Amino acid sequence: MSGVNKPHEVVERALELSRADGCVVIANESSTANLRWAGNALTTNGVTRGRTLTVVATVDGGQGAASGVISRSAVTAEDLEPLVRAAEAAAREAGPAEDAQPLVEAAGEGAVSAGFTDAPDETSSEVFAAFAPALGESFAQARAGGRELYGFANHEVVTSYLGTSTGLRLRHDQPSGTLELNAKSPDRTRSAWAGQATRDFKDVDPAAIDAELARRLAWAQRKIDLPAGRYETLLPPTAVADLLIYQLWSSAARDAAEGRTVFSKPGGGTRIGEKLTDLPLTLRSDPAAPGLEAAPFVIAHSSGDDASVFDNGLPLTATDWIRDGVLNQLITTRHTAGLTDLPVAPGIDNLILDGGGPRSLEEMVAATERGLLLTCLWYIREVDPATLLLTGLTRDGVYLVEGGEVVGEVNNFRFNDSPVSLLSRATEAGRTERTLPREWGDWFTRAAMPALRVPDFNMSSVSKGV
Amino acid sequence: MPHEIDPSFLALPLRALADAALARARALGADHADFRFERVRSAAWRLRDGKPAGSSDTTDLGYAVRVVHGGTWGFASGVDLSMDAAARVAAQAVAMAKLSGKVIQAAGSDERVELADEPVHADRTWVSAYEINPFDVPDAEKAGLLTDWSERLLRADGVAHADASLLTVQENKFYADTAGTTTTQQRVRVHPQLTAVAVDPESGEFDSMRTLAPPVGRGWEYLTGAGGWDWDAELAEIPELLAEKMRAPSVEAGAYDLVIDPSNLWLTIHESIGHATELDRALGYEAAYAGTSFATFDQLGKLRYGSEIMNVTGDRTAEHGLATIGYDDEGVAAQSWDLVRDGTLVGYQLDRRIAKLTGFERSNGCAFADSPGHVPVQRMANVSLQPAPDGPSTEELIGGVERGLYLVGDRSWSIDMQRYNFQFTAQRAFRIENGRLAGQVRDFAYQATTTDFWGSMAAVGGERTYVLGGAFNCGKAQPGQVAAVSHGCPSALFRNVNILNTTQEAGA
Repeated sequence: MSGVNKPHEVVERALELSRADGCVVIANESSTANLRWAGNALTTNGVTRGRTLTVVATVDGGQGAASGVISRSAVTAEDLEPLVRAAEAAAREAGPAEDAQPLVEAAGEGAVSAGFTDAPDETSSEVFAAFAPALGESFAQARAGGRELYGFANHEVVTSYLGTSTGLRLRHDQPSGTLELNAKSPDRTRSAWAGQATRDFKDVDPAAIDAELARRLAWAQRKIDLPAGRYETLLPPTAVADLLIYQLWSSAARDAAEGRTVFSKPGGGTRIGEKLTDLPLTLRSDPAAPGLEAAPFVIAHSSGDDASVFDNGLPLTATDWIRDGVLNQLITTRHTAGLTDLPVAPGIDNLILDGGGPRSLEEMVAATERGLLLTCLWYIREVDPATLLLTGLTRDGVYLVEGGEVVGEVNNFRFNDSPVSLLSRATEAGRTERTLPREWGDWFTRAAMPALRVPDFNMSSVSKGV
Repeated sequence: MPHEIDPSFLALPLRALADAALARARALGADHADFRFERVRSAAWRLRDGKPAGSSDTTDLGYAVRVVHGGTWGFASGVDLSMDAAARVAAQAVAMAKLSGKVIQAAGSDERVELADEPVHADRTWVSAYEINPFDVPDAEKAGLLTDWSERLLRADGVAHADASLLTVQENKFYADTAGTTTTQQRVRVHPQLTAVAVDPESGEFDSMRTLAPPVGRGWEYLTGAGGWDWDAELAEIPELLAEKMRAPSVEAGAYDLVIDPSNLWLTIHESIGHATELDRALGYEAAYAGTSFATFDQLGKLRYGSEIMNVTGDRTAEHGLATIGYDDEGVAAQSWDLVRDGTLVGYQLDRRIAKLTGFERSNGCAFADSPGHVPVQRMANVSLQPAPDGPSTEELIGGVERGLYLVGDRSWSIDMQRYNFQFTAQRAFRIENGRLAGQVRDFAYQATTTDFWGSMAAVGGERTYVLGGAFNCGKAQPGQVAAVSHGCPSALFRNVNILNTTQEAGA
C-alpha cells in the first residue's frame, strides 16, 4: 500500500476520497493471542492481526439524511475508493435514516487525540511469556493433586482511529485480557471455576487460582441434595455482573418510552425517578474508571436501538444508570434523547455497581446462618421482557453455608428471576471488586461489582448437570 | 442451474498464497499443514416501524495456516496478501505449536495430535443451492420490501410497532492441505424476520408475535415467494394472533401433553441433541465454556436417548441446509449419518482429530471456522428428527390429546452445561381440549430433562409436517465462534411435560 499504509493515513485518504455530505471513517487495528486447554493439556491456540475499516457515508436529502455503512478487513490502497463509493451508494439507496443527526463537530482540545498519527498498540504471544510456563506448572500440580484443569486465556488489543469530515481525529487503545480456569475431579462429578479480567496478564497467578479451585473442589467432597425452591443466596460479583449487564442491555430509553420494556411506565413514559432498591446502590459506567478504562467517545460501526453511527466521536462521560437506588438514566443516542426528552447518554463499555457495605464475600459467608453460595451463572436468557424475567443455570459449584461456614456442595439449579426484582429484594451488598462476567465475558469484560445477598432467589428446578 | 464461484474470489491469489504457506510449514518440519482463505460478506438491515434504523455490510477477508508440528497444534492467521506474509504466518503457526509443546512438556503430558485419514479431494468446487444472490439485489429493493411488510403489520388494529430485519451472507472458502486436497466453495444464506408489538398503554402490558419463517440456505427468491415460504399469508395472520395473545388468559402451571410444531421443536433438537452429540464436548474439550454432554462416549450404542420412534440424523447434505457444504475446513467430504436410531445413541459429530483419538476410521466432516482469524473446531451438522413414514398430520396429533398445549415458534431458550435441564418458551401456545384447539394462553414455558422429554415422545408427524428450521448464530468455542445450522423435524407429541407459569416464576 504505497504511501497509504499507516492507519491514520488510511483514515485520511478515505476522508479525502469522500464525495458524500458527511463521512466517518473508523480503522480498527487489532491483534490477539490466545491459549486454550482441557484435561491439563493445551488444545488450541492462535495469534491474529487484522485491520477492519468502516466507512459511514451520510447523504442529505429533502426528507433528512441517509446513512450507508460498509466495513471490510484486509483493506489495501486499491480497495479504498471502491469502499468509500460503496458506502455512498448504500446511503443513496437507503431511505432517510431515522437517527440522522449532524455529524459531531470538532471543537476544542478534544477534537484531535494525541497519538492519532502513531502506530497502534499491539499484543502477541509474548504477552504469555511468563504466564504460559506458570500454566504448565499448574497443569503438573493439578495432575499430581488429582485435578483436571480446563480453560482459556485471551489477550486482545484494539486501537481505533476515528476520523470525520467534520474534523475529529480520535484514537483509543483498548487492551482486554481474560483468564478462565476450571478445575474438575477426574470423574467430573465436581467442578469449580474462577475468572479474572486483566489488561496485560502481569497480574495473573495461575498457581494461586488453582489453589483456590482445589479448596472449592474439597468443599464439594460432601454432597448435599436440595430441592427446587426459594433460598437465601449469596450471588458473587461475577453473577451480579452477568445479571446487571443484561439489565443494561435492556435499558434503551426509546424502547422503554414505547412501552416495550421493564423500564416502561404504565400509562406512558419511563420509570426514571422510581426507586428500584432500598439499598443505596449506584449502577454506573465511566470511561475513566481506574483499571476499567474504556473508549471515552462513541465508536459505532452500525446503528441500532442503543447506538447511532451519526454519534461517532461524541464524548462519553461518567453516567449513573441507578443513583442511590433510584433509576436515573436510560441509554440514549442523540436521536432517541430527542424522542424521549432525556439527556444524551450513550452506552459505555464498562459497568460498576457500588454503594454496598464493607464486607468481602468471605465475610458475607461468615455472617450467613443458612444459605447458598453460588460460583457463577450460565446460559442466561430472557423469558419475559415485561418483568425482565431471566432464566439460566448455576454452574461450577453451589455451596451450602451453615453457621457461617461452607459445609458442602449442593446440586445445580435452573433459576428464573429478574435482576430488577433482585435489586429490590437484596438485603445486603458487599464490597465492590473487579470481576469477570462468566456468561457475557466474550463481549463485556470490564465490570466491578459487589456480592449480593438475596433472601429468596428463585431456584426453579434441579439440574443434574455438572 | 448451479452458480459459478464468484469470479472476484477466484481472482484473489489463493493458490500462490497456499503454496507459499504450505512450503514454509513443510520446510519448518510440520507433519501436517492446511491453508484456508476466506471471504465472508455479511450484511444486515433493520427497520423500526418501517423506517431505516441501521444497516451494516461487512466483509471479512484473510487466511489462516494450521499445522501439526511435533505432535501439537499451531495456528496463525493473516491478512497481507503477499507470498512473504503467507510464509511468515506459516512460521508463526509453527512457533505457536512449539510454544504449546513446551507447556505440554512442562505438564508431563504425552498426548499427541493425530488426524484421521481422508481421501485426497484434488481441485473440487462446490456451490450451495440458491437462485438469486441477495448481494445482486439493489439495497433499495430490499429496503422497499421490508418497508412494505412493516407497513402491512402497522396498518392492522392493535399493532403498535413493527420491527423488521434482514441478514444476508455470502461465504467463500478456499482450502488446501499438504496431503493434496484443494477445495473452493461458496454458500449463500438469508434470514428475514418481522415482529409485531402490541402495547396496552393503560395497563402497561405488552407482547409480541414474530414470523416463523426460518433462516435458510437460499437466495433472494426466499423473500419473493418463490423460495418455499408464503410471506403474504404469514404477515396477514400475525396481527390477529397477536391480538388474541394479548387477550389470552395466563396458563395454569402443571403437566400437559404437548404437540410441538417444527417451528419450535427445531431449537429443542439443537440444544438437547445437536450439542449433546458433539464428541469434542462429550470428551471434555468444551468443558470450561460451552460445557460437556450427558451422552458420554462410553454410552455409544447403549444410551436410551428417547422413545423408540426417535430417529435423528446428522448431515452436511440437506438442500438449503445452513450447515450444508461440499467439504469441511479439514478437507473432509460432506456426509450424512445416524445419531439416534430407534431411541438409542448410535453416533456423534466428529472432526479428524477427535475421530482418530476415539478410534473412528474417518471424520464425518464437522470441522469449521467462522472466519479466517479463527481455528476450525467441531461444529454442528444439520441435526434432524426424522418423520414417521405415513405419519399423522399436526391436526391428527392434536386430535389425540385430551388436555394439552400446541406450541408454535421459538422464543426463549436455555439448557445446562451437560444438556440435561432445559427451558423453552414459544411465540404462541394454544390450549388443546378434547382434541381441539381452544384459544391461546400466555406466560408459559416448558421445562424438562433431555432424556425424560425425548422418552415422552409418543408420536411423530409424517413427512407433510416436516420443516427445516435453523439459526445463524449458534455459539461455541473460545475465542467465540458462530455458525449457521439447520434442523429439520416433523410436528411431534410429548406426554406429561412440565409447564411453568412465568408470571408466577417472576414472583408476581
